[in-house]
Amino acid sequence: MAVDNNSLSTLVVKRLALGLLLLLAISVLIFAGTELLPGDVAQSILGQSATPEAVANLRAEMGLDRPALTRYFSWLFGIVQGDLGTSLSSGRDISTMIGDRLGNTLFLASSAALISVPLAIFLGMVAVHYRDGIVDKLISITTIATISLPEFFIGYLLILFLAVNWNLLPSSSIVYSDMSFMERLTAIAIPCITLTFVVLAHMMRMTRAAILNVMNSAYIETAELKGLSPFKIIFHHALPNAISPIITVVVLNLAYLVVGVIVVEIIFVYPGMGQLLVDHVTNRDVPVVQAVGLIFAAIYILLNMFADIMSIIANPRLRHPK
Amino acid sequence: MHNKIEQLTQEAKKGRLSRRDFMRHAAAIGLAAPLATSLLGQSAFAAEAPKKGGHLIAALTGGSSTDSLDPALSASNVPFNILRTWGETLVDISPEGEAIPWLAESWDSSNNAQTWTFTIRKGITFHNGKTMDNNDVAKTLQRHSGEDTKSGALGIMRDIKSITTQGTDKVVVELTGGNADLPYLMSDYHLVIQPNGGFDAPAAGVGTGPYKVKVNEPGIRHVGEKYDGYWRDSVGHADTVEIRVMNDQTARMAALQSGSVHFVNRVAPKTAKLLGRLPNVDIVNAKGRGHYPFLMHADTAPYDNNELRMALKYAIDRDDLVKRILKGYGSVGNDNPINAAYDLFNADIEQRAYDPDKAAFHYKKSGHSGPIVLRSSEAAFSGAVDAALLFSQHAAKAGIEVKVQKEPADGYWSNVWNKQPFCASYWGGRNTQDQMFSVAYKSTADWNDTKWQRPEFDSLLAKARTETNRDNRKEIYTDMSMMVRDEGGAIIPMFNDFVDAKSSKVGGYITDPSAELSNGFALIRCWLA
Repeated sequence: MAVDNNSLSTLVVKRLALGLLLLLAISVLIFAGTELLPGDVAQSILGQSATPEAVANLRAEMGLDRPALTRYFSWLFGIVQGDLGTSLSSGRDISTMIGDRLGNTLFLASSAALISVPLAIFLGMVAVHYRDGIVDKLISITTIATISLPEFFIGYLLILFLAVNWNLLPSSSIVYSDMSFMERLTAIAIPCITLTFVVLAHMMRMTRAAILNVMNSAYIETAELKGLSPFKIIFHHALPNAISPIITVVVLNLAYLVVGVIVVEIIFVYPGMGQLLVDHVTNRDVPVVQAVGLIFAAIYILLNMFADIMSIIANPRLRHPK
Repeated sequence: MHNKIEQLTQEAKKGRLSRRDFMRHAAAIGLAAPLATSLLGQSAFAAEAPKKGGHLIAALTGGSSTDSLDPALSASNVPFNILRTWGETLVDISPEGEAIPWLAESWDSSNNAQTWTFTIRKGITFHNGKTMDNNDVAKTLQRHSGEDTKSGALGIMRDIKSITTQGTDKVVVELTGGNADLPYLMSDYHLVIQPNGGFDAPAAGVGTGPYKVKVNEPGIRHVGEKYDGYWRDSVGHADTVEIRVMNDQTARMAALQSGSVHFVNRVAPKTAKLLGRLPNVDIVNAKGRGHYPFLMHADTAPYDNNELRMALKYAIDRDDLVKRILKGYGSVGNDNPINAAYDLFNADIEQRAYDPDKAAFHYKKSGHSGPIVLRSSEAAFSGAVDAALLFSQHAAKAGIEVKVQKEPADGYWSNVWNKQPFCASYWGGRNTQDQMFSVAYKSTADWNDTKWQRPEFDSLLAKARTETNRDNRKEIYTDMSMMVRDEGGAIIPMFNDFVDAKSSKVGGYITDPSAELSNGFALIRCWLA
């Protein structure tokens, strides 16, 4: 595939700039959103015992008495310099707090991706091969069934059978630093399966539809006439030409695996970003909520940008819009 | 009675009843102690001898990544239970509700309970090897009572004038006024004795308790390792103890069912009976002091009219709420915060019952008409919205229209509780009647969440505090309970049990009314059988 380097790099730079602009807009939204939460951190730290003067003292100590605009810019300025600030409720540095958690979330997400993406594409190809037959129907019904159930329900079902009834895997996924790699994998097995179930159908259906779309093309017929095996045709000739929409859907699901796993993390007590976010929203620890929100947004934007660029590389026609 | 004995013996043999509980129940049905012991035979409690070693695990709700090990800041379930494994206070409360020696060997008061002298136990060391002395004790108490302290124990330390050391093993606490309950106050779980009072490193987790803090990952897990130099044999049987934070109810129950943990707290009453049927799980519930009130502001119309308050108190069917909301894991309340779990409780106070006629009578006398808005949320207690709706149904039979307004759980404690004139709430109870009344019913209390002002009540409270004769005190407290019951702003329909569960592999569990999971001592009192 010949790639025009010059226009491609301009394109990437353009996309990056757009992404940054989008991130800036999101930072405003996040800040405004956290401003709208009822009560504030001073009140939630002092809890039931809050007397008005104690709240006022604590607010002054934390700088919460400054106008919102000033706080927004000092926050933004800090982030540009790589300083996410310190947690209001525990006084710990947010970057170090998030470090481990982000690692855990990415570990779970990538494990789920490593299973679900190849599986989805493979199942999609199998479905194309046996299109409209019993195997195709079976694959579609099963995957659509798993995506239709809410993820907490799938999680609970898996806990009931795999952990409680058959005692094969642990029901909760607490991971910690002195765990071996194998122990870690065992711990995240059930949430990993749950996530796979949740994202499988979307990617599988898109693979199937995209490949079916090109299956009527002339070059497929040529390949058939050459006497190639059906799987070879699908894999070598149909898939590369259908890859662009598949990439888009795969990346969309990857983004979901990172930023959409809050419910799964809570059910399985997994110490990732989602749990951190929920804890700090409850405590009105705004700097942490903002930092986590911004990181989620950045990951989402980056992955989507990646999807765009990849589909453009895969499809030269998109590079030269008329 | 025979059936009851049979049932008790069976429970004991299955290990669901400790020896201590068995004897108590036996005494309650009128069985003399020697007879009870012989009935039981040796076999039932052959497994009573503690087994040493192993790894005990509790999965608990009420933990967050913002938790600190600083005892002063400890406020929710997980920090409380961790604190119990590594720290100790001067005084302990026995499961029977008496103040008993812990790090203090003995105490004495003079000057009408205004001056208290605590003698500190000798030969106890902190986890860092330092010997604990009266200086550490005095410093600890000072840290929790200083003006700028953020300690959760500040409320009970306010009346302390000075804390000084005397000789090598005594600490003298001087109060601004007499308080016969001071030893009880010293049992507050925040008041864990730390080296140099915790001024140097408040969150280091160094104390005198049976377990050293080995892993501290707030919101995830906490591990304690047996401290070799620990001073007593009666607690701290496992080699290591662990607390895993599991705020999700289903995750906790699944962990217990699959056998990967030994204790869970806060079992939902709805599922408790089903869970208890499993062969490897025991429900352990204790009648505590916690209660679920509906709070009326006695200074805000229309609740400033006692006839209306009385009407609403008669218009609630307490038995129905205990049956449906608590599923039987609790008992009916009598519109005052004191129940049988308190020392000096008077069982002769007449129980108020559901009476639509009386309710209608008082309602008519109050002259009020139109709907009454009751705010409720799941944040108040589990089932609070359902409870409010049931109340509304009960009241309708007396011709009173109670309109339930559902509030979001988020922000309930800052926006609704103590602000709106009629709402559902939760109180955890306190160790003594004095504390409970001081914290929520005294006219000037910060948390006087019924805005009820009665100078006579306040003076009785002060009078009981310096009264050292138990009979006289009981009489005063009875009068106070009656006042709250007949004039106060709180409708208290029910007291909830602490409903926890344990694995049947665990021995040595003692039910304790002071707090959940054997007053937080489950991990140090129990062993793996």
